[in-house]
Amino acid sequence: MTVAVILMVIDQLKRALAISKKDIMIYYLKGPVIIFGVLFPAFLFVAFMIGRDLPVDFLIAGLLGMTIFFTSTSITPVIAPTETQTRNLERLASSPVSITTILLGDILASVLFGIGISLVPILLGIALGVTITHPFTLAVAIILASFCFSAMGLIFSSTPTSMTSTVMMMSTMVKFPLVFISGVFIKLGDLPQWGRALASISPLTYITDLCRYSFHETNYYSVYVSISALIMFLIIFMISAVKLHEKSLPKRL
Amino acid sequence: MNAIEVNNLTKRFGDFTAVDNLDFEVENGEIFGFLGPNGAGKTTTARMLTGIIKPDSGLIKIKGIDIQRNPIKAKQIIGVVPELSNAYTDLSAWHNLQFMAQLYGIPKNKSTKRAEKLLMKFDLYEWKDHKVKTFSKGMKQKLILAMSLMNDPEILFLDEPTSGLDVRSSRLIKDMVLELNKEGKTIFLTTHYMEEANQLCNRIAVINHGNIAAIDAPEKLKMRIGGLKWVEIGFNIPVDPHDLHAMQGVVDVQKSGDKLRLYTDKPGRIVYQLVDYSRSSNLEILTLNTMTPTLEDIFIKLTEGE
Repeated sequence: MTVAVILMVIDQLKRALAISKKDIMIYYLKGPVIIFGVLFPAFLFVAFMIGRDLPVDFLIAGLLGMTIFFTSTSITPVIAPTETQTRNLERLASSPVSITTILLGDILASVLFGIGISLVPILLGIALGVTITHPFTLAVAIILASFCFSAMGLIFSSTPTSMTSTVMMMSTMVKFPLVFISGVFIKLGDLPQWGRALASISPLTYITDLCRYSFHETNYYSVYVSISALIMFLIIFMISAVKLHEKSLPKRL
Repeated sequence: MNAIEVNNLTKRFGDFTAVDNLDFEVENGEIFGFLGPNGAGKTTTARMLTGIIKPDSGLIKIKGIDIQRNPIKAKQIIGVVPELSNAYTDLSAWHNLQFMAQLYGIPKNKSTKRAEKLLMKFDLYEWKDHKVKTFSKGMKQKLILAMSLMNDPEILFLDEPTSGLDVRSSRLIKDMVLELNKEGKTIFLTTHYMEEANQLCNRIAVINHGNIAAIDAPEKLKMRIGGLKWVEIGFNIPVDPHDLHAMQGVVDVQKSGDKLRLYTDKPGRIVYQLVDYSRSSNLEILTLNTMTPTLEDIFIKLTEGE
């Protein structure tokens, strides 16, 4: 790579940060968004856990995985349709930034939001006596999963529409089944063969499993398998998002 | 080197050819008007020139830079004011300007000075910390123009910059455009307003069905369909247009509001006849003007059959 290319990449990264700052100011720093990010997975979690005799570290790991999943996929799907409707996307498209830079900016904001909100279940777990045995693994897992789910959110937003409701409907159709097949509420080892096979195609399975490893080493997959799977999902989601948005952008304008 | 060079530019959407093999150039420092009826290909062309969409074939050079091969470099030297208001309404005017500066990689100290200068220039400084959603349409348009100037562009693309504005705001934007042009900026102006194009543009291209129907200075365009002029007259009471049609040298008579428009190639002779007619019919002349073709007439002529 030549020096000019490296400088250009750094320059585009700075511009991606500007986009993420804009996203945070417009979309994330809003009371309802933050409250929804915490309360929704918590309510869903409580609804399924009440009356079941499961260890608290198992519960907190599931809650943490779900919180990262729901917060990181909550806003990225709606940015593109919203900015299509408000005609801000045309402004961005005419400025000296690539589509990858725009998407990276959206992802960075979502990652920061996901990481920030993930502190809530972690602190709740600590308050309930959960100890973090592998903090470094947990940190890597949270960051990787936030990137992965944020990129996944961008795939939903590649539909060339200005209707956020359309995108949210599609996103919900994918997100909810994933929660139920990912071993969040049932231990992966307790699932039947077909259930485990189904769980292996969900990125949520691997972050939940990594959380379980980090809290009490009750993981099903090895740490390396889970981290490799998240990296693989991230690459697939990111490449797909860039390709799909490149194709859909002209149709949005 | 021209500011903009366009060769064999074509864009299709399915079977529909929106822009068909366009060729033109915009010289440095000129205000270049781009006129055409709805669906003629104006916005598609402007979007290709600003790198927002890719052409199917053809070449676009912005200050010698091929925008398809080097979009970031080409976009770095242009400013764009899209047709509809598109500042971020949940951000303040200041944050919108700073966001633009960051997108163009302008250093913080430079962007602060530039934003202050532009806010002063557009009379928005007092509103700099207010969210854009509280702004009037005119204020928003001024801010959008200021945003497009944050990178001090060499070429400014304006898509309907005065659309929907009141007379005062519209005049202010037009004055700004002239001032920016005086400062040496090349301006590519897409507009529906003939009078605006007439007042501002050094040259005008009329696009129709994706093709350029004519390209020239406004006055030269008017001369192209010259010959036929008209006399506009208003009387104190309505008159039968057939009476006026019978006058020698009148080619056609059309109603124009409460006035009548007499088309002729000899307006002087018609004026004498109209004065005689008013005396003989005991009518009072309220208004009498001789007129040459306007840019609107050229536009209609060039795009007729729509």
